[in-house]
Amino acid sequence: MTMKKLAALAILAASGLATASLAQAPIEVHLKNHRFTPNVIKVKANQTAVIMLYNDDDTADEFDSSSLKVEKVVPGHAKGAIRLRPLPPGKYPFMGEFHSATAQGMVIAQ
Amino acid sequence: MISALIIVFREVIEAGLIVGIVLAATAGVPQRSRAVSFGVGAGILSACLVAAFAGELAGLFQGSGQEFFNATILLLAVLMLTWHNVWMASHGREMARELKAAGHKVKTGERTLLALSVVVGVAVLREGSEVVLFLYGIAAQGGTSASGMVIGGGLGLLGGAAVSALMYFGLLTIPAGKLFQVTSGLITLLAAGMAAQAVIFLQNGGWLEYFTTTVWDTSWLLKEDSIAGRLLHTLIGYSQAPNGAQLIAYIVTIVVIVTLMRVVPQGGPKRTQIAPKAHSA
Repeated sequence: MTMKKLAALAILAASGLATASLAQAPIEVHLKNHRFTPNVIKVKANQTAVIMLYNDDDTADEFDSSSLKVEKVVPGHAKGAIRLRPLPPGKYPFMGEFHSATAQGMVIAQ
Repeated sequence: MISALIIVFREVIEAGLIVGIVLAATAGVPQRSRAVSFGVGAGILSACLVAAFAGELAGLFQGSGQEFFNATILLLAVLMLTWHNVWMASHGREMARELKAAGHKVKTGERTLLALSVVVGVAVLREGSEVVLFLYGIAAQGGTSASGMVIGGGLGLLGGAAVSALMYFGLLTIPAGKLFQVTSGLITLLAAGMAAQAVIFLQNGGWLEYFTTTVWDTSWLLKEDSIAGRLLHTLIGYSQAPNGAQLIAYIVTIVVIVTLMRVVPQGGPKRTQIAPKAHSA
């Protein structure tokens, strides 16, 4: 009973969610040799934004930022959409967790 | 080797704390090691599957398949933790009485073992898939030697397991009478934290765009990506700058679990008509 309900809910949710779409043009960011380009991303404060991260490396990395509240694995030669909530003005560092020695970057909301 | 150690350690601790709590919460329940091992095994297997199909998963829902998947399994874990707590609240006292009276094995509590294996499985899956992807990346690159990776990963695993054991044996030092209350409380906070985390994934997937304003910021006091911050994040859902929706999910989860624990009658709904002495363990 519970499992059936769960399954039904999941299907319902999935069908509804599939229609959600990207509201605005995403900001392109590439990860190559475990470095972000650009590594400083400027966004307008208090507005949503979308980063489209292209991982041009052969292996996966995880876009990780506690201040942006994002943890997202992007496999090698794949892309991932990272949605930013409306941010108060400020600096929000992020990193590629699997290669944090080089994969460092920052979102600046202004 | 060091990076393998750090990442594996970090992820294993996070899953290990949850395993430690589940083990303590089921102290005295027969078959529980089998249920927990099953959860860990299924979690590792699923972690490998998720890692292998990471590309396909990420591609779903306009690039937000991962967020959808994470939110779903977290909410599943929240449901299971809620069920466990409510079931234990209605049968727990009776169990404790029987334990004290006869000292023999208690059959009750087995039913929610399945729920807890799911929780353990989800915890291992979430952290494990990252470990698998990370280690695979190192192996594929050949930057670090294979032995370095194995040693680093092994040490990380041991360290994480030690923390898990510390959690378990630490909880076991609590007198049996109080242990149930403590583990119920921990499981409630664990569930609340997971619900808040699920909200983050729903927000990141673009499906929940209400109350996204930060309510307070304690990053000056404790950073979420410090070790202490991570431990508290796993245990009680610590967030350095929670937004409104996160807080609502956190509070609602606690209120629902506590209310259900009080409302569901002692002995469970099915047993209310049976005299308490009519059954034995």
